[in-house]
Amino acid sequence: MKNKGMNNANNNQRTWKKDLRLYVHVPFCVKKCDYCDFLSGPSDEEGIESYFEALYKEVGSYEGRTGDYKVSTVFIGGGTPSCVRSEYIARLLEELKRVFEFSSGDGSLEPEITIEANPGTVDKDKLADYRKAGINRLSFGLQSTHDRELRLLGRIHTYREFVENYRLARELGFGNINIDLMSALPGQELSSWEETLGRVTELGPEHISAYSLIIEEGTPFYERYGPEGKQKDELISEDLDRLIYKRTREILEKYGYIRYEISNYARPGYECRHNMAYWEGALYLGFGLGAASFIENTRFRNTDSLEEYIKAINYNDRSHKNIMSTNKPEHKNEGLLHDAYGIRRDIIQLSKKDLIEEFMFLGLRMTRGVDRLEFKKRFGVSMDEIYGNILNRLEKENLVITCGGKVRLTDYGIDVSNRILSEFLLDKC
Amino acid sequence: MGVDQSKIRNFCIIAHIDHGKSTLADRIIEMTGLLTSREMQDQVLDNMDIERERGITIKAQTVRTVYRSRSGEEYIFNLIDTPGHVDFNYEVSRSLAACEGALLIVDAAQGIEAQTLANVYMAIDHNLEIIPVINKIDLPSADPQRVIAEIEEVIGIEAHDAPQISAKLGVNIEEVLEQIIAKIPHPKGDPDAPLQALIFDSLYDSYKGVITFCRIMEGTVRKGTQIKLMSTGVVSEVVEIGTFGPGRFIPCDELSAGMVGYIIAGLKNVKDTRVGDTITDAKRPCAHPLPGYKKVLPMVYCGMYPADGAKYPDLRDALEKLQLNDAALQFEPETSAALGFGFRCGFLGLLHLEVVQERLEREFNLDLVTTAPSVIYRIHKTDGQVIELTNPTNMPDPSEIEYMEEPFVSAEIMVTTEYVGPIMTLCQERRGVYLGMEYMEERRAILRYELPLNEIIYDFFDALKSRSRGYASLDYEFKGYVMSNLVKLDILINREEVDALSFIVHADGAYERGRKMCEKLKEEIPRHLFEIPIQAAIGSKIIARETVKALRKDVLAKCYGGDITRKKKLLEKQKEGKKRMRQIGNVEIPQKAFMSVLKLDDQ
Repeated sequence: MKNKGMNNANNNQRTWKKDLRLYVHVPFCVKKCDYCDFLSGPSDEEGIESYFEALYKEVGSYEGRTGDYKVSTVFIGGGTPSCVRSEYIARLLEELKRVFEFSSGDGSLEPEITIEANPGTVDKDKLADYRKAGINRLSFGLQSTHDRELRLLGRIHTYREFVENYRLARELGFGNINIDLMSALPGQELSSWEETLGRVTELGPEHISAYSLIIEEGTPFYERYGPEGKQKDELISEDLDRLIYKRTREILEKYGYIRYEISNYARPGYECRHNMAYWEGALYLGFGLGAASFIENTRFRNTDSLEEYIKAINYNDRSHKNIMSTNKPEHKNEGLLHDAYGIRRDIIQLSKKDLIEEFMFLGLRMTRGVDRLEFKKRFGVSMDEIYGNILNRLEKENLVITCGGKVRLTDYGIDVSNRILSEFLLDKC
Repeated sequence: MGVDQSKIRNFCIIAHIDHGKSTLADRIIEMTGLLTSREMQDQVLDNMDIERERGITIKAQTVRTVYRSRSGEEYIFNLIDTPGHVDFNYEVSRSLAACEGALLIVDAAQGIEAQTLANVYMAIDHNLEIIPVINKIDLPSADPQRVIAEIEEVIGIEAHDAPQISAKLGVNIEEVLEQIIAKIPHPKGDPDAPLQALIFDSLYDSYKGVITFCRIMEGTVRKGTQIKLMSTGVVSEVVEIGTFGPGRFIPCDELSAGMVGYIIAGLKNVKDTRVGDTITDAKRPCAHPLPGYKKVLPMVYCGMYPADGAKYPDLRDALEKLQLNDAALQFEPETSAALGFGFRCGFLGLLHLEVVQERLEREFNLDLVTTAPSVIYRIHKTDGQVIELTNPTNMPDPSEIEYMEEPFVSAEIMVTTEYVGPIMTLCQERRGVYLGMEYMEERRAILRYELPLNEIIYDFFDALKSRSRGYASLDYEFKGYVMSNLVKLDILINREEVDALSFIVHADGAYERGRKMCEKLKEEIPRHLFEIPIQAAIGSKIIARETVKALRKDVLAKCYGGDITRKKKLLEKQKEGKKRMRQIGNVEIPQKAFMSVLKLDDQ
């Protein structure tokens, strides 16, 4: 069935390689937006340089240990990866390609390599450099097509700037573009949201992510609109929020964007393959500050202290040759699990129970749901055996549909998914 | 081994909470040489954690020490510790009956409080010699002269030579000890008369069985004596007797008239050894039991249910174990449509209830759902029957009821004059009947009210404190049953009556109470995927209503690599949260909702 990568007749003992995804975090921004609680912030050139130097070393530390894997997607996220000089990104991808074997996903697809970009931080040269480096997908953080709303959010760009960037991207041959949009903004009305949707669909990106604003602790938005905030009455009502959410789907589907995950819409064939990894339980390795990984049934993330990250890598690098896996047999055996620089945190070994639970509560985020055969294949036991009663009950309550060997949430089930996904956690046994 | 009665002093210490009773007891023990200060843990007599936390003594414990007076003579002091809370009045009275004298401690800054008075009156009633002691003279606000004047005026006993001490700092304690010798009479009684001993406390030990604490009034008891407990008729042979060192028992050969000690007689059940009962010699019984014995009756009831139905046997075992040392605790099985199998428990008062609840949760590791405390109502049915109602669910149909009675108490509230107004308002709100008021000095007054017990069993004391900025104090005792216009208030959640939330209230307050309960429940019950009506009803008439809106959107928009662990934790928390819920029909109600409906005081 999966006869991939067998491109040489020389080697009789070609083993099937495991599919691996790569995520790289670039924690720099021109300015932090008022609602943002991500790991990001402004920095000077020196800071950026020392970060990337450390990043390249982190990538390099895997040399010689990646033989069992083939990379099918790469995602460079942030922060604003596009705010740093393109040289860094190009060198990054070079390093990644040097250390890891890249391949296609299924059949003859080339690897999907995405970079997140902020309108206003890219120009013709940068975009051309990205193409040259092999990037074939762009994700623009637009959020809104109304300048007033953009200012409210503290974004650094205008809608016009975005449109220019978008056209440029198309000119330079980017055939797979995503646009991020944000609804439920304070003072937003249905009409302004519908306008945004209309304008964006008219531009015709391949993919649209539509999120609701969340007021996160520790952000200026929390101070303004949180429980103690003076402007908290400006937040839209629960009814409007629901209406917006409903209309989003109606409008996007009308224009040919199929919802394939709770917040993600795409033209058929243009689903974001990288993000699917998270919900399908595929393996991924993270590089950079706070980046998360899931390999060998183990979850962990890198430290989210910039200081720690850089120090650990520079310090250990002095004995770089010692820890480089080229010659140490035990590290080779550990494969990707060896933490060369000691930057990993929150390492959790997942049990079978954990994996089953994740299969369900992550997999059900996707519109197509989860597959019974896949479940049986992975876990050796039928889904009904574990979840039969729960699925029956949820189906009676119109929250879940089981049909044709697949189990998925109904529209209503998705709307209240936060409430029901905890049903898939198993009691400790 | 004859004991010289003239060298014995039996006394107790009575005081308002926090006026320093335990500290003084510690000092007395220290100074009489049986323990060094280094060996002593603070507050030696309070050996239960819960007591230490609340700073009050719950279980009475007695200590025997030896004091060498200034004149060089040796005296035996039997210090009988008494519970300090109004819930345990009966136990206090039996401890007093074991003594000839009492040290009355008054805080030099606070002066006399309501509870001080209550206990003093009781001591006077028992003909005890009262030695006032003025404590906490180390405080900057101490005013001993004022307090002395207060004592003489309000209580009417001599106080000009009351020892002025600081128990905390150990100042002037010796004066107290000398006055004990000088002023408190020594016990009398004929060691050869028929045995007559007062049980003033008991303890259950898993090896030794029941250990009774006794004051021998007449006669002598020895190992091997066949004793008889006069109220129950139970007969048993004495296995061991002795006296009390601090924290341990010291066996001896005989206890004779005037002495205080313990008797172990192969008794398994603490119910057999009732506080206030008389022990006599089965072969040569005394003519009459000692006066003052009465059966202790609970005043407050509540339902206790295990959160996890499977733990019902554990709850039962735990209650049985607690009862071994707490004869006042009563319980019997009951069921609730809402909560399953549990127990209806009776307590002497709210403090008693809280202590038992805490012990069940802490010592026995039980997760409990407790329903609202209620009192015993008397229902006079049309067919002439009179029933005592402890569980509102069992109230008969109104058409069968001729009239109802509820228990009333007479209460004394001491408060500083500026808060007299708000406190009177509070009492009126709680259907109090004003009896009178006295000014103690310009600053303080005593308010006397008769109040329905069900109005004060929950948050009355807290409301009193908050409306008086903490300066009010309360003492009350059961007065009797009074006819009242009472109705049963039912709560329906999602149109289903939840029996555990039923309530008996006075008709006048029913609407208000119903409204508040619905509001409170609306806050406590989380949103579900459907709308939940919450209604209060009297009979078939709905008198209040709130609605919990249906939840129609609750989605996590973003869930990428780094979010997964956090999302999992949230889901786990949600799942845990569900465990603390009770399922009533389709609605999940948090356990604490059942009790929270009582915290309804606004101020």
